[in-house]
Amino acid sequence: MSVIHVENLTKSYGKTLALDKVDLEVEQGEVFGFIGPNGAGKTTTLRILLGLLHKNAGHVSVLGADPWRDAVALHRRLAYVPGDVSLWPNLSGGEVIDLLGRLRGGFDQSRRDELLERFKFDPTKPCRTYSTGNRQKVALIAAFISDVELFILDEPTLGLDPLMEAVFRDCIAEVRQAGKTVLLSSHILAEVEALCDRISIINEGTIVESGTLAELRHLTRISVSVETARPVTGLSELPGVHNVRVDGARAHFTVDAGAINRVMEHLTPFDALSLTSAPPTLEDLFLRHYELHTGDDAR
Amino acid sequence: MKVSEFSGTGALIRLILRRDRLLLPIWIALPPLFVILVASAFVSLYPTAASQQTIAAQIVNGPGLVALLGPVSAPTVGALTAWRSSIFAAVIVAGANALTVIRHTRTDEETGRYELLGSGAVGRRAPLSASLVVTLGADLAIAALVTGGLVAFGLPVAGSVALGLSFAAIGWTFAAIAGVAAQLAESAGVARGIAGAIFVLFYVLRAAGDANEQSGQSWLSWLSPLGWMRLVKPFASERWGVFAIFLGAVIVLIAMAYTLSSRRDVGAGILTPRLGPARASPRLRSPLALAWRLHRLTLLAWAAMFAIYGVMVGYLAKTTADLLATNPQLANLFAHFGGASAYTDSLFTLSLTFLGWIAAAYAITATLRLQSEEVERRVDHVLATAVSRLRWATSDLALMVIGSAVVLAAFGLSAGLTYGLSTGNVGYELPRMLVATLAYLPAVWVVAGIAMALYGLVPRLSFVSWGVLGAFVLLELIGETLKVSQSILNLSPFNRVPAVLVSGVSVMPLVWLTILALVLTIVGLIGFQHRSIG
Repeated sequence: MSVIHVENLTKSYGKTLALDKVDLEVEQGEVFGFIGPNGAGKTTTLRILLGLLHKNAGHVSVLGADPWRDAVALHRRLAYVPGDVSLWPNLSGGEVIDLLGRLRGGFDQSRRDELLERFKFDPTKPCRTYSTGNRQKVALIAAFISDVELFILDEPTLGLDPLMEAVFRDCIAEVRQAGKTVLLSSHILAEVEALCDRISIINEGTIVESGTLAELRHLTRISVSVETARPVTGLSELPGVHNVRVDGARAHFTVDAGAINRVMEHLTPFDALSLTSAPPTLEDLFLRHYELHTGDDAR
Repeated sequence: MKVSEFSGTGALIRLILRRDRLLLPIWIALPPLFVILVASAFVSLYPTAASQQTIAAQIVNGPGLVALLGPVSAPTVGALTAWRSSIFAAVIVAGANALTVIRHTRTDEETGRYELLGSGAVGRRAPLSASLVVTLGADLAIAALVTGGLVAFGLPVAGSVALGLSFAAIGWTFAAIAGVAAQLAESAGVARGIAGAIFVLFYVLRAAGDANEQSGQSWLSWLSPLGWMRLVKPFASERWGVFAIFLGAVIVLIAMAYTLSSRRDVGAGILTPRLGPARASPRLRSPLALAWRLHRLTLLAWAAMFAIYGVMVGYLAKTTADLLATNPQLANLFAHFGGASAYTDSLFTLSLTFLGWIAAAYAITATLRLQSEEVERRVDHVLATAVSRLRWATSDLALMVIGSAVVLAAFGLSAGLTYGLSTGNVGYELPRMLVATLAYLPAVWVVAGIAMALYGLVPRLSFVSWGVLGAFVLLELIGETLKVSQSILNLSPFNRVPAVLVSGVSVMPLVWLTILALVLTIVGLIGFQHRSIG
């Protein structure tokens, strides 16, 4: 059963079209990445899923319910971490965590203590004194102490340092282990790559690609850097090889996934001394998608 | 003090002018408009020198009015206008100056906007300097407009200049006070609170000094910038030297603000906030509990302010009654206007009019907290939990309803008790004062209802509710003097409030006002439930 089902979702603010026929399908128990540049429509989509925003057209169901009509019942079963966490300046972090946990319908006290410890969070300071990262921690702890079925996280690692990001990843792994569903929006590609089973890429209000990472790799190229005894020639003529740059004994290029074998054969006569290759990152994939769709494939 | 600490001031001035391009002209225009309205009202009401003489004598002989607004320095239209408009103009100008300075210094630091500027070529003293320059410019514009307006109206030039400058002077004094407060406090709210408390203190000092001028305590007025405004004596042998006191005070305050600013880190204050509890109290488990936790101190401060005002008015009423008892001539004069008891009752009624407006301002602030929660995106946290929109909004509204009753009751109780104790008739005075005060509640709720309806339907226009309150106030200020038709006057809910002390309780207007408030609130709630958040 799908936990989130979005079909043809359209939303406009006055004349600006924020979402244009967005489809989204998140299955039970998966960690789903929702990725796109700033202003692509991620937050708008999430806030519609929470019943905070009206939609103009399309169908939306979350945990089998209509988020606009059944908001209260639905919200008992999910936890939300907003993108730009703004807190009550004169409440302490600990108070906010307890309040949000209680308003959601109760939480586990020992889990709270454990998360405070793991996120190295001081709950006694007034929220106005917290940095961005610390405000983010308040929202994350308040979400993870709750025993809910679905987590909707909007750019959850904004402002967290790398150590805390690791703690966050552990938390995601734990809720995944427990069979819960996570919808995670991000513009940080490495994060989504490390955490998510499936992703959707959104840009300017439309979904441009959807699928597992493996499924989307066809879009991308491996970048290769090779050092040879004799300068490499003839690389540019090989089908599937792009962006060739020869710098004395070093050659840099990108290659389509299907052409690797042919490239290796071509390199052998030049006596390769060292070779490094970077796996496709989501960033490459994203850029590549636009190259394909704007026909800018000349390089 | 290095020059580089001021670099970027010019750019920041342009930024402030851009951000406040709507607010600035409004608060610059208000005082001149008000002053000219008052002057024209006095001219039409008291056209002859003799009638001006009579009204001035009446005012000066009633210490209640003298305490509320100060004495009249001469029996002329100019002096009457200065007397009537100074305190109100001071509230507007001082308030606007203080809010502007805090908004462009501490608020920017608190929200982190300053980090963005501070990382550029902006000196650490630039924000304070820029906001002081802008407020000075605005204050001088007010002075020029007031002077120009009154001179055009035909009043003496010297007096017009003195009155205009006194508005500018009180404005800039409060800009400087706010500049200091913004260094002390770590949050804009606390800074505003400090500035507000200082205004109240100055008002009380001036009231005490002016009311006891005969008994030789007028030196108290010299301790208060609000007193200085009057001591300038516009339209009555102007004392220009008083402006030197203003200038001296402003220079000291600004120097203080700059010194403090160089002793602290960006974002930090001089007063350090205490740590909070690691765990929420078990009661903090509902939107209502949250609203109470967030706003209980504010409510307490408002209630204390109303209570102090009540004690003051109660005490003044007693002094008036005493004066009339020992002075048969005066008593005779007042007999013309309905006798001694009628005089104290109308003094109370007049104070209640002011109080109704202030209580309505509290109610608007309390209602529009909903909007600031939404704008700041804090509401997202709450509405994403199992809290419905209706429950969230009604929780804050409940606090507003109770809060407005509490502040009004604080006045009614303290005024009734003070006056009752002094006349030895608490059992009689306390209940009728309380009833007379609480009679303002439905009208206050109507104003809050207007704010809620606007917020629910068109949140962008919520601020219009302040304009509506301003229009009601203006209607009453003009209505009492100019001959405005009754049907227009009746547009103001305050005009429907029965003057309980003078003419007894009439229930029907109160019932109608309550129903109107309820309808407006429900309209707002329905709108809120059917629109997008944020």
